[in-house]
Amino acid sequence: MYVAVKGGDQAIENSQKLLAEERRGDPRVPELTLAQIREQMSLAVDRVMTEGSLYDPELAALAIKQARGDLVEAIFLLRAYRTTLPRFGIGEPIDTAAMAVRRRISATYKDLPGGQLLGASFDYTHRLLDFALAAGDERPVAEIAPEGVEPGMPHVADILNHEGLIEAEEPDADDAPVFDLTRESPRYPADRAARLQNLARGDEGWLLGLGYSTQRGYGNNHPFAGEIRVGEVAVEFAPEELGFPIEIGEITVTECQMVNQFKGSANVPPQFTRGYGLTFGHCERKAMAMALVDRALRADEFAEPIEAPAQDEEFVMAHSDNVEASGFVQHLKLPHYVDFQAELVTVRALRRKAGLAVDGPDSAVPDAAE
Amino acid sequence: MSTVIPHPTASTATEATQARIEGYNFAYLDEQTKRMIRRAILKAVAVPGYQVPFGSREMPLPYGWGTGGIQVTAAVIGPDDTLKVIDQGADDTTNAVNIRRFFAKTAGVATTDRTVDASIIQTRHRIPETPLTEDQILVYQVPIPEPLRQLEPRESETRKMHALEEYGVMHVSLYEDIAKFGRITRSYNYPVRVNGRYVMAPSPIPKFDNPKMDRMPALQLFGAGREKRIYAVPPYTEVKSLDFEDHPFEVETWEENCALCGAGDSYLDEVIVDDQGTKMYVCSDSDYCRERREAGHVGDGGPNSGGPQ
Repeated sequence: MYVAVKGGDQAIENSQKLLAEERRGDPRVPELTLAQIREQMSLAVDRVMTEGSLYDPELAALAIKQARGDLVEAIFLLRAYRTTLPRFGIGEPIDTAAMAVRRRISATYKDLPGGQLLGASFDYTHRLLDFALAAGDERPVAEIAPEGVEPGMPHVADILNHEGLIEAEEPDADDAPVFDLTRESPRYPADRAARLQNLARGDEGWLLGLGYSTQRGYGNNHPFAGEIRVGEVAVEFAPEELGFPIEIGEITVTECQMVNQFKGSANVPPQFTRGYGLTFGHCERKAMAMALVDRALRADEFAEPIEAPAQDEEFVMAHSDNVEASGFVQHLKLPHYVDFQAELVTVRALRRKAGLAVDGPDSAVPDAAE
Repeated sequence: MSTVIPHPTASTATEATQARIEGYNFAYLDEQTKRMIRRAILKAVAVPGYQVPFGSREMPLPYGWGTGGIQVTAAVIGPDDTLKVIDQGADDTTNAVNIRRFFAKTAGVATTDRTVDASIIQTRHRIPETPLTEDQILVYQVPIPEPLRQLEPRESETRKMHALEEYGVMHVSLYEDIAKFGRITRSYNYPVRVNGRYVMAPSPIPKFDNPKMDRMPALQLFGAGREKRIYAVPPYTEVKSLDFEDHPFEVETWEENCALCGAGDSYLDEVIVDDQGTKMYVCSDSDYCRERREAGHVGDGGPNSGGPQ
């Protein structure tokens, strides 16, 4: 016998209480503080800030806590908050050549002005689980070098540019309007600024897979890691009433410049080409993958055949955003029984037409594969 | 043994205006953003069926869960409006409940389950059975606004196809259905042509609802948040479901009537009531069903019921 219930409201409320309880976990274990997340989960914080397009380690830490460590969910939280913020204006371009560098490596030169600076890196660690760390071991403090890093660390690409060996980077005019991906809907073909914005916000896993695919031959463009640098740069803003830029803060960024082989064409002499990656915080894997994909997406510029997924601008850009992708994939959880009923009516009619019984016990519950 | 399925029972009259949360603008979006969306809506109304790109915002609800419809509703709603939200035809499905809560919280507007009392109805997958009036706006949540998407995945191509009115692939696709299966097999999101010009996705409503769109007195607005598109069908505009002379468009029919209210003219949900696959059919539009029952209509109660209730 059919009993009607009306429970959506109550069910949602109960579910959210349960969620809060599960987020907290065992109450006998001390609660995480935002400072702990910010200081000890800093690479998670950096990823959330990068893909969330908001530089705020405190809020990113809160998002990670609230999302129970689900970084895509944390990115969503930060993005939804970001949308509500007012805009004061557009900052000056950051100058990464003037970066206070923590780490800088180049794979194209053994030594170069400014030197190689390994900094803090997983690169040469042996990936052995550290059981002493499980016991809460105190780590030794890294010593401070007797002398500082050389001031002024030119970009490797600029060094190559002295000989004209690499394509010149032509900045847009200062007064040219900047396309803003978060305020305008994308149009294809997109310009490089729109592409780089999209890639900077794009899902790290998506870019990693696409970048990797170019290395394995799907749109190969022979990359060399010209340079990867991590450090602090000044953020400057020129208020209208002042008329000159003032420093309003400092952010940590990771920059990757890939140097890619190029043979030249009828119009362009042989020279190296560039792929560019930039993230908030320390997101090296993401910055490198971004640079590979950026270069792959420039195929059209260099009259290269566009054959691989990573070279296909609309394919790459339309599917890079994990907030969009996560929402749409998971919307399949929502009820679809009206459309499913429509499909049932159609499938039954088709089966009837094909001479199959539709009311037998075996066909009463049709296959739900659709 | 009783079977418990979600379906509203008694009427819920217009709920009292709720207190709005502090710290956010009326209906969440800032006024600048609402103006941008209204401009897109005006353009959409001026060019019926054309997909207008707009700067869709990130909402605090997930993409694919109604962010387009929510932004459109937020742009057109005022403090005096009465909002109804349905999903699958029902007011009490979780996502409909959640979106109604969102507007009750951010706009403090009155909400209702009654189709006739609503000035704005936001919907996912259905058009109410009760005919709408000139005083109402129907806001659809749209997952994929591009009717040609399954045939041509590239936006750069489909925009050209619309511009050139090049809809041959759509007709070929429908014809291939007929050649293979003897009938057009699209059962929902069935393509329509608006005002004799643009081919439009009606959103995933069952084709049963398509005829209701034609010359509807209410304004129909469509919002696709993730895909960043808005489109519209102005009141009394022709909306024609694509078909062929020898294979005219037709809608779903059932041999059964609604087990609760006996309606034979409404879209029915199929409910499995036991592990033998025994079925009963009830109205998908929960308000329509309730209204009929209140007017004294009775269904046969469904299987195992021992007759009318």
